[in-house]
Amino acid sequence: MSTATATASSSIIEEKRHVGMGIFFLVVAVAIIGFFALNTTPEMTTTFGLNPGAKTNAPRLEDWVLPTRSTLWLLAIVSAFFGGWQLAKGFKRVYLALLVVVLMFIFAFLTWAARGTSMNLLGMISASLLRATPIAFGALSGIMCERAGVINIAIEGMMLSGAMVAVVVASIFRNYDAVNAVTQAPLFPGWIVSIGQTLDKVNISEAMPWYLLLGLFAGMLTGGILAAFHAWLSITFKVDQIVSGTVINIFSVGITSFMSQRFLQPIPALNSGGTFKTMPVPLLSHIPIIGPLLFENRLIIYILFVLVIAIHIMLFYTRWGLRTIAVGEHPEAADTLGINVFKMRYINVIIGGLIAGIGGAYFTIGSVGRFDEVLTAGKGFIGLAAMIFGKWTPLGAFGASLIFGFADALQVKMQGLGIQQVPIPSEFLLMAPYIVTMVVLAGVIGQAIPPAADGKPYEKD
Amino acid sequence: MRTILDAVLVPILAVFSALVIGAVIIVVTDAEVYAAFREGFGAGLGAIVRSVAVAYGALFSGSLGDANAISESLVASTPYIFAGLAVALGFRGGLFNIGGEGQLLVAAGVSVVIGYSFQLPAIIHLPLALLGGMLGGAIYGAIPGYLKAKTGAHEVINTIMMNYIAFRFFDWAFTGPLRRPGGDAPVTAEIYPSAYLPQLFEGYRFHWGFFLALAVAFGVWWLLFKTTLGFEIRTVGANPNAARYGGIKITRITVLTMAISGGLAGLAGSNEVLGLNHFLAGGFSAGYGFDAIALALLGKSHPLGVVLASLLFGTLRNGATRMQSVASIPIDIISVVQALVIVFIAAPAIVRWIYRVRAREELERAVFTRGWGA
Repeated sequence: MSTATATASSSIIEEKRHVGMGIFFLVVAVAIIGFFALNTTPEMTTTFGLNPGAKTNAPRLEDWVLPTRSTLWLLAIVSAFFGGWQLAKGFKRVYLALLVVVLMFIFAFLTWAARGTSMNLLGMISASLLRATPIAFGALSGIMCERAGVINIAIEGMMLSGAMVAVVVASIFRNYDAVNAVTQAPLFPGWIVSIGQTLDKVNISEAMPWYLLLGLFAGMLTGGILAAFHAWLSITFKVDQIVSGTVINIFSVGITSFMSQRFLQPIPALNSGGTFKTMPVPLLSHIPIIGPLLFENRLIIYILFVLVIAIHIMLFYTRWGLRTIAVGEHPEAADTLGINVFKMRYINVIIGGLIAGIGGAYFTIGSVGRFDEVLTAGKGFIGLAAMIFGKWTPLGAFGASLIFGFADALQVKMQGLGIQQVPIPSEFLLMAPYIVTMVVLAGVIGQAIPPAADGKPYEKD
Repeated sequence: MRTILDAVLVPILAVFSALVIGAVIIVVTDAEVYAAFREGFGAGLGAIVRSVAVAYGALFSGSLGDANAISESLVASTPYIFAGLAVALGFRGGLFNIGGEGQLLVAAGVSVVIGYSFQLPAIIHLPLALLGGMLGGAIYGAIPGYLKAKTGAHEVINTIMMNYIAFRFFDWAFTGPLRRPGGDAPVTAEIYPSAYLPQLFEGYRFHWGFFLALAVAFGVWWLLFKTTLGFEIRTVGANPNAARYGGIKITRITVLTMAISGGLAGLAGSNEVLGLNHFLAGGFSAGYGFDAIALALLGKSHPLGVVLASLLFGTLRNGATRMQSVASIPIDIISVVQALVIVFIAAPAIVRWIYRVRAREELERAVFTRGWGA
């Protein structure tokens, strides 16, 4: 849309949005009453657990018991008040009000879903973080590539390949005897066994055994290699970046399924790499609520925390980051100033691939310890949506990933409560993350402006 | 003559190179080859040749070896033609429809419900089932088109999300409202024979769907190159700014392009349930929606090219089934070959470099997609 028409119609759109938002708040209030409050009896209570796991370093907290019906009515009344205020006077920061109302709706839903029973609230938030992790890695990978002007829809494929290579490498070095027994040299060289025997003696820690570190490294490298291929096709050969990414996705699905059927299914020892264990941070993990949520996690999640902060600092406060942004916004100008556009793009895309590879490793050695065909299930694409939702910033993308992770964790929790408590078929709950992705894309994209040269190959004159 | 040779040279070399790399993958993942190399170099080379010969031999005999194999290859090609046309039409309009998988599932669902719910004369029933399916696919495709046009949300992500939504929906439907009455398995009831796409020869599964696909391919060609709408679609695809200044309504064309594309993908699903299975079950689609991307690229987004590419891929896919049963090589190797084909087609410079073919002048550089925003 051109600028002139945009400004002309923006005031009308603004007015419409203003009224629409107020009506939406009122609808939420009615929905809370109609769907939830009227389906409860006065004596029902809802119990929220505030201890994420059975065993944590932090002191245990008392459960939080709420009267179900009064809580729902209270939430409905506050929502209605928000709606009335918005229609009568209008909020200055309407998106903040929207956030509050949406949070109240979710809380009302949870209160209703757990009516007459109990639900572990902190456990669910903790599960949201776990489920957000691969999405966040995907989003960070996307940021690295797109800030330099290269669209990367191959994150899904990079994660899938990384997931498989990570678990296979970890399995080989973990079960070298068992693998050696079923395969023979030269398919399985003897030096792997000797490496395995040597390193077993110098094992660093129980929570992160050396073979898992090797697997993590291998998964990361796999993502990097695929990213280098993406860079080669899209930067050097100027292949359409979406086509190039799709190629990597199709290739990854094909090759991992092929390898899985050819090797992993006949030789189970190749597909059992074990998983990282939780490593509580000393002192910090003893803080109530925050401690168990943030500081009692597995290695890959700590890597994620470090990456989010590191990329934020590097992107906005270092020479490298500002050059990256320059290359993504206006490559011609960057080139004129002596920045090597091709080199910057190659480096960023490959770093993005390495990050996607770590995210892939999380699927296998980070959580379940084994590879199943197409186990990424679209998380890489959801990561891209999180990147857009977070407006191409690491902190924003991490926040967006948490929302997607929450939608996912909620779905699991609802299935756990059973069809009596939540009369929605589980298949519909499984759709939630995908629908949230679409809603977010449709609702946010207008305000989210991608790097100006995103997706355009750079032609040097 | 020279131009035709130029046009087909790169695709042929691309397919050839992809098959060679596929052979390399088969060989290096074959434990028997390694075992043979321990006995000696000659034995090892022999094992390599044997490994490839068994695999590609099965591929060939399974796809073209006898009348039934050819019938099956044509049957396998048919959904590819529909799905490939869907992606090709999208490409022409600057849209990347990866949602074929969901669209064809929705269409198959609609067709099957029409097929088993009514008892009508075949002359009404079959067209009704086909049109219903097509409409279902068109609506399912139009949604991401509308979102793209109105909000700028990229169709690649939205179509992928809608694939997953369709999968989950049918997971539910097969165990709920669409489940065959009195049955336990998650499958729908059988459609009435009046909705069948009839077979041509006794004992072969080859059916009229193939000719329908050829007719639709001609229709798409006519639409794209002989009608105003087609011109508008191609203009929006080639240069949306020019199209806007020329007075073309981008929103309308974007939604229409995705709707037609979805309808074409839908026909792939309807064709399968009306022509072959006659009911719908979980895990129904064999990834036609994704393979279609390779087909559209291989066929350079031209309906004739798509038909030829589909015949090739259908033959390969059909042969790969035999390869899996005879040489126990997972059928997924075909996906790898397809990905490689796309690479070589999309980056012809690689093929030219390998085979030292001189570049002809790039007449048109197809624009497939644009960034997130525009």
